[in-house]
Amino acid sequence: MSDWREEPLIFEKSKAGRCACSLPEYELPEAKVPAELARAEAPCLPELAEPDLARHFSALADRNFGVDSGFYPLGSCTMKYNPRLNERLAALPGFADLHPHQLPEDAQGALELCFLLQEALAEIAGLDAVSLQPAAGSQGELTGLMLVRAYFQDRGELETRRKVVVPDTAHGTNPASVTMAGFELQPVKTDARGNLDLEDLRRVVGPDTAALMLTNPSTLGLFEQGIVEVARIFHEVGALLYYDGANLNAVCGISRPGDMGFDIVHFNLHKTFSTPHGGGGPGAGPVAVRRALEPFLPAPAIVRSEDGSFALDDERPKSIGRVRGFLGPFGVFVKAYAFIRVYGPALREMSEAAVLNANYLLARLKDVYELRYDRVCMHEFVLSACKLKRENGISALDVAKRLMDYGIHPPTIYFPLVVPEALMVEPTETESIETLDAFVDAMRRIAAEAVEDPELLRAAPHDRPVERLDEVGAVKRAIVRYEFGERETG
Amino acid sequence: MGTGYLALTEADREAMLKAIGVSSVEGLFADIPEQVRLRRELALPAPASEVEVERELTELAGRNVHTGRELSFLGAGVYDHYVPAIVDAVVSRPEFLTAYTPYQPELSQGVLQAIFEYQTVICELTGMEVANASGYDGATVAADACFMAAHATGRRKIVVAEAVNPQVRRVVKTYAPGFGLEVVEVPHAGGVTDPGCFRAEAEGAAAAIFQQPNFFGCLEPAPDLARAASEAGALAVAHVDPLSLGVLEAPGNYGCQIAVGEGQGAGNHLSFGGPHFGFLAAEKELIRRMPGRIAGETTDRRGRRGFVLTLQTREQHIRREKATSNITTNQSLCALAGLVYLSWLGPKGLRELGETCMGLSELVKRKLGLPPVFAAPSFKELAVRLGRPAEEVVREAKKRGVNPGYPLGRDYAGMEDVLLVAVTEKRSPADIERLAEVLGEVLA
Repeated sequence: MSDWREEPLIFEKSKAGRCACSLPEYELPEAKVPAELARAEAPCLPELAEPDLARHFSALADRNFGVDSGFYPLGSCTMKYNPRLNERLAALPGFADLHPHQLPEDAQGALELCFLLQEALAEIAGLDAVSLQPAAGSQGELTGLMLVRAYFQDRGELETRRKVVVPDTAHGTNPASVTMAGFELQPVKTDARGNLDLEDLRRVVGPDTAALMLTNPSTLGLFEQGIVEVARIFHEVGALLYYDGANLNAVCGISRPGDMGFDIVHFNLHKTFSTPHGGGGPGAGPVAVRRALEPFLPAPAIVRSEDGSFALDDERPKSIGRVRGFLGPFGVFVKAYAFIRVYGPALREMSEAAVLNANYLLARLKDVYELRYDRVCMHEFVLSACKLKRENGISALDVAKRLMDYGIHPPTIYFPLVVPEALMVEPTETESIETLDAFVDAMRRIAAEAVEDPELLRAAPHDRPVERLDEVGAVKRAIVRYEFGERETG
Repeated sequence: MGTGYLALTEADREAMLKAIGVSSVEGLFADIPEQVRLRRELALPAPASEVEVERELTELAGRNVHTGRELSFLGAGVYDHYVPAIVDAVVSRPEFLTAYTPYQPELSQGVLQAIFEYQTVICELTGMEVANASGYDGATVAADACFMAAHATGRRKIVVAEAVNPQVRRVVKTYAPGFGLEVVEVPHAGGVTDPGCFRAEAEGAAAAIFQQPNFFGCLEPAPDLARAASEAGALAVAHVDPLSLGVLEAPGNYGCQIAVGEGQGAGNHLSFGGPHFGFLAAEKELIRRMPGRIAGETTDRRGRRGFVLTLQTREQHIRREKATSNITTNQSLCALAGLVYLSWLGPKGLRELGETCMGLSELVKRKLGLPPVFAAPSFKELAVRLGRPAEEVVREAKKRGVNPGYPLGRDYAGMEDVLLVAVTEKRSPADIERLAEVLGEVLA
């Protein structure tokens, strides 16, 4: 359990003259930094012996909550169990201690793993070619839009193709990526069933349209029922379809983005393929494309030679370039590949279990929380705390904070924006019925508490190292680093 | 089937389907039009048990020549520094490893406090006032710096020294068109950047970027370059090696507005190029133009100190198309490794490490007896001229168990016979003797 006491900042535990490290002391010739380049005053780094370092970070870990701590139904983030095997494999010296500038002939195992992962992702997406380079989903998005840009530039149409269509339910990364890639945002509405509003779509799509960015299932957890028609509308005007893979966990082996008509897909290996989120990264955002877009993929590409060996091909004149260093976050690839090897074609059963778990929760909760679009959901669903808000003055935020007292991480709240007081729940496939039932019980009890004792909810959480924090004050004060007083360093 | 990661029994499934009111799992997918259903199995290798997966991947790992299997002097942006055991122990804690972004602060005080501490350490290292929670790597944070500078100055030109890591320059050029930026490179002169040329190109530029120590391992006249950029009205951006900052002056102390760099050397394994982290720090005035997450200090209603993600109106989930960046997931765990590592070193260790690197680099210069290509002092990498194609020499030296370095001809025309030799505290004087011996044999 958590240590409730405040853990001092590491700088407050420092004492001049202490040091955890031990470094080799070699007999070396003297080499002096020219005076004008030399550091005048040492930086105030922490000064602790190793035992106190261990205790400090252990205390911080105690004050954090991960998937291993308890249920984490955070919509859109796919917080599934992270198999420990994958950590062990990524730490093998042949992977962890491999220098990225090693000659390809001495990195064949690593290149083969990348190649096999590319092939598996292409099959899952129903597309032709993959680049593993992007570092995270949002960089995958940006890479996808850079590909759109390069594709139209190559066809001499970039001047006219200015707009990228994004639904109002989209993740905030989508419109932000549109801006970063130098396109204009064209929003489109959601209809009464939670699908893209086809009439609105037909109205806005034209010769100036470059692409659609779509998450399917959407952030409402609903499959886009008109997807075939949507794809036709875009392809008819020569535009491309981009698939945000954030919700791919619903449809692996069931329906492939390429078959739906998408031309570009990004994956979140840290969502669908179980690589740990690490408190906010590292992720990995590979991109898959149709053959026509392959020449534009980031370079270098990993290619298989005729003799079966693997090489890097950097001679790609139409490539958009490089979106990060080296081949991408390789350690994440090892984990994702191991996960895909464990499942193989049974990835379909993974997605089926994710959808079953979500629908079970939905069925057991929709009489207490409102459901704006009453349909079968996919891997996640969005409830609303509107009624509690209206009748008891209890917000989605209060519900979320109270869940912590039940040992459960809250769902995503206030997103998507089209649902007021939204609670976006994604259980994932790795949860047992007992865990799901405990969540249902907690959510139902909280709804009852909202009537009986609303103050209990407004003051929640009651059981954590801190109570609700003053976020407005944090912005106002903008204290974003520790200020050293008179502390001297050794 | 190897899916021990799933917890539902057949009986659970039936009970759940009954509660939902459908007769089969298939019924849950009725919204998917038939023409986009996949009516075959995914063409993937059959499921494998944990034992088999471990065997397969161990075999793949075994085909890679890692730093434990040859004496390696490879660097060129990623370095074989020692990773202390405490780092791996901390980042393996499941509360860190398996957590998401700390959007719920009451459940995430551990990660938030660690980010706050990390930001402080990065500010201290770089001499800057604010830092974000990390970027993807040392290349993408350079692109981030360009956008910050373009927004801050309203200018569209970016100047980059040619002695900046080629991958960093390439990423900046890849990002540039979307933002309407034009990138101009300043050639090096004898391995370093000439402040006069830098000044001339920086005229009208939003940012002028140099690297210290630069890609050739040389120490740039960094204060002069920062001054040159500022005189031209451009923001001075230093791309720095964090492990050099115990002995080299901090960019904030010689007039830079932004400091970025690759954090890999600080506690992150080589891992064939990632995941690592990039750091981004700046003057306080630039904080609202910074991309990415920032942790800030605040209090709860009892007045207890706590930490939250702050200034979020810069970010995509609030500002959408008007955000400073689309970044959301960053490199939190890698940055945590960096924090633990730098805390392990402390100011004294950081300084000793820098001195050791410089001493080893000097020893390489003396022992190899090869003409250094550049006269400038070096930090932990030295460019030497072999008089033969470096690619050939590397392959021959590797047959003797030594990977002598990185051929600079891969990135710089006319340097086909130049080798970039990197040292860290993991290479001993005896290792350098061995390198000298092998190069002597190969070049004889």
